[in-house]
Amino acid sequence: MTAPPGGALGAAALPAAGLEMAVDDPSLLDADRLMVRFGARFACRDVSVRIWPGEVIAVVGESGAGKTTLLDCLSGQRAPDSGSVRYRTSAGGIIDVHQESEMVRRRLQRTEWGVVRQNPRDGLRLDISAGGNIGERLMATGHRHYGRIRAAAADWLERVELDVARLDDLPAQFSGGMQQRLQVARTLVSAPRLVFLDEPTGGLDVSVQARLLDLLRRLVAELDLAAVIVTHDLAVARLLADRMVVMQHGEIVESGLTDQVLDDPQEPYTQLLVSSVLRV
Amino acid sequence: MYVAAKGGEAAIAQSQRLTGWRRRGDAEDAENPALTPTQIDQQLGLAVDRVMTESAVHDRALAALAIKQARGDLMEAIFLVRAFRTTLARLGAARPIDTGTMAVRRRISATFKDLPGGQVLGTTFDYSHRLIDFALAAERDGDAPPAPVEAETSAAAAMPRVTDILGAEALIEPADPAPGDPAPGDLTREPPTVPYGRDVVLQALVRGDEGFLVGLAYSTQRGFGRNHPFAGEIRMGEVAVELVPDELDFPVSIADITVTECQTVNQFAEPAGEPPDPAMPGPEAAAGPRFTRGYGLTFGEAERKALAMALVDRALRAEALGEAVGAPAQDAEFVVAHSDSVEASGFLQHLKLPHYVDFQAELDLLRGLRRQSAPADTAKAAGGGS
Amino acid sequence: MTDTAHAATPGLAGYNFAYLDEQTKRMIRRAILKAVAVPGYQVPFASRVMPLPYGWGTGGIQVTAAVIGPEDRLKVIDQGADDTVNAVSIRHFFARTAGVPTTTRTQDATVIQTRHRIPEAPLQRGQIMVFQVPIPEPLRWLEPREPETRRAHALADYGIMHVKLYEDIAHHGQVATSYDYPAMVAGRYLTAPSPIPRFDNPKLDRSPALMLFGAGRERRIYAIPPWTPVESLAFEDYPFEVQRWSRPCALCGATDSYLDEVVIDDQGNRRFICSDTDRCEQRRAEAAS
Repeated sequence: MTAPPGGALGAAALPAAGLEMAVDDPSLLDADRLMVRFGARFACRDVSVRIWPGEVIAVVGESGAGKTTLLDCLSGQRAPDSGSVRYRTSAGGIIDVHQESEMVRRRLQRTEWGVVRQNPRDGLRLDISAGGNIGERLMATGHRHYGRIRAAAADWLERVELDVARLDDLPAQFSGGMQQRLQVARTLVSAPRLVFLDEPTGGLDVSVQARLLDLLRRLVAELDLAAVIVTHDLAVARLLADRMVVMQHGEIVESGLTDQVLDDPQEPYTQLLVSSVLRV
Repeated sequence: MYVAAKGGEAAIAQSQRLTGWRRRGDAEDAENPALTPTQIDQQLGLAVDRVMTESAVHDRALAALAIKQARGDLMEAIFLVRAFRTTLARLGAARPIDTGTMAVRRRISATFKDLPGGQVLGTTFDYSHRLIDFALAAERDGDAPPAPVEAETSAAAAMPRVTDILGAEALIEPADPAPGDPAPGDLTREPPTVPYGRDVVLQALVRGDEGFLVGLAYSTQRGFGRNHPFAGEIRMGEVAVELVPDELDFPVSIADITVTECQTVNQFAEPAGEPPDPAMPGPEAAAGPRFTRGYGLTFGEAERKALAMALVDRALRAEALGEAVGAPAQDAEFVVAHSDSVEASGFLQHLKLPHYVDFQAELDLLRGLRRQSAPADTAKAAGGGS
Repeated sequence: MTDTAHAATPGLAGYNFAYLDEQTKRMIRRAILKAVAVPGYQVPFASRVMPLPYGWGTGGIQVTAAVIGPEDRLKVIDQGADDTVNAVSIRHFFARTAGVPTTTRTQDATVIQTRHRIPEAPLQRGQIMVFQVPIPEPLRWLEPREPETRRAHALADYGIMHVKLYEDIAHHGQVATSYDYPAMVAGRYLTAPSPIPRFDNPKLDRSPALMLFGAGRERRIYAIPPWTPVESLAFEDYPFEVQRWSRPCALCGATDSYLDEVVIDDQGNRRFICSDTDRCEQRRAEAAS
């Protein structure tokens, strides 16, 4: 793909420099003491997470543990009550995600970041063709060559193992697993550096899940993506994640290398989770 | 030479003459004297009430004249009165009317069998058998008029509003404006912006088309935004309109007008603000669920409209009350944008205006598309246009 | 062709010059000034009930009433023609309420109120075009919610509109929007040009005239000031194109004007004649002399 032309959208370019982060600290995303309250209940309580380039981190826990709220804070979709999320842009600047204007945040979300949602209906436009869905991020960032947008969309259909002949079909005619792969293509087409996935295999049959996980594992490695995956399924964490954090009642109760946490859980809650779920 | 058929001044003038002639009907017919606005006011009073309510102008003679000019088309009459209203100067704002002091002519409650002041059936079609009264066809000037009924206005002293009775026990949310509540907006003077305040919503509902509101209210009763209404009270009668003139510092009564008010009592909601912490129960009077309200008010006798308005008002408060939102009647943007008959009817009927140019563009496009698909290789749905 | 029959009357008895009271005109002028200052941005205004129905040009009428003065000369067209019923009706409205002289000659008019066309004769410096707008929001058919479309404008987030164009090309081989074709004004705001055919879009670009758009029912005013760049949306490999006809106007022979198709008998025979009646008549008069 050629670089997008300038124009109005170019004016919203991300800052090349800004806040300070230690020079010897190459982390991509740095969330510091996030707090989110719903009335008397904490969805996130003093949550700090760091993500390094190319690293996949899984957030696990039961439903209601605050995983999706944390994901929404990290990906700029929900402002925390307190705490900060800092991101190192590809240009090298550091930005404080929730202090920036919505314009900068949106630009980040459609260029360097990507979000894959549990329900494809939330992440796709079901009344727009598969090609249009994939092409949207390119068009939103200023690409204006129909032929090249279409070629990129066809290429991405292949990369997520969908039939190129379905380029002009509506996602509403796709199966659940195909919709989810289309969502992955739609997200990755703009070559993001950091992807947020919210229960990407939830609601899919086991065989379909396995194929999608294989695909995700291959793409993450090929593209050297950093990713945050929210899942209640420890098998997903085992397969995809380098590191994981375990959440309960809005707090991180344990974190570490995935194999380490799953094979030798230290906290009673993690032990309970591992013993009850991994057996399935 | 062929000349394109385009309408002209002469056609418009002729059409208007013809319409005026049709309006009068057969002037030779001795049974068809010219209708006077007074007759419309006196004998078709509910039509006048509707025109006054939806045009938002209280002027019986003007509304009656508009109905005559519009040949009985009430939407057209409402439009005429609105267009007249827009040219009038605004002299001041009256104080809020107090329906608690209404000289009640009709008052019913579906929530209490008896209550202070009692139920007053008054004028109504309710409980009548809807049988055509053929005797009315023979009614003529000089016939003995229907016998008058004594003391239509209730002389009973206190007739508190049902919602006030519930309010005394804190069983229903208060209706008093909060401290610092700004003066109500006016959507005819300030373009309303989403999300709308309740003041603007209520104004839009008063002006809204009765048929549209009845349908919306009905939809909430059938599950599209259910909110369990009781007709707490409907009251109709005369209230004083008071104005505080600039040069005086006390209110002056400038008119008595007839209004119909409906307050519904609806399913419970927690008081707004922080949800109570179950670990620390507060004083019972302040906390806990309370009935909620819907409000309807019209000029004249228009209780179907007032009741529909109250149901839709309550439905539109769903989001503010923390209820699930999804039905059309709960969507303020949808309801406010589409309830006004003058706006809706105008835009609907603009379809009668010429669209030659746009249609030509569509024809051209369609022919082009058909030429392209001549090999008939596509079954794609055609889109575009509006 | 100047119609001076009504110029002698001072206006409609009992009503202000050009119908609206001066306070209302000032309110509308403030909205117009803001619209000129932010080209393409839709400015909310407190639209009044007019004695003509909504959808029949109330927005344009209010804008015209707010900018017109006794020195002005008004032209009103609908579908490009001065003699269509709605154009006649609106022209009479101003002849009655403002007593201003009216004209059908584009070159002679200082204010031109229009529905669905821009005249073929090049507009000049000092002229004001007033467009009647039914739906001012170019994103409305893609997103019905006002808060969403306003956010999209605030963030210049117009990807969805390009997706629509992409879909048209994917399904039809071309952009299937023939009128009210969306355009970027001054590189910032996506703007609905009102339902003019896309044939007329290029006339908006860097026009010497002031373009004012009034939407009465939707309560919005927007503007394209003189010399403002206006770019119709397109792809590099699918450039913006206007309608073309393979034949000239059957009356004046023009090959560069927008043509109306007129069915002349029940055998399906047709003639194509200029939609702009003034331009067509002027060309015929020139040819005759």
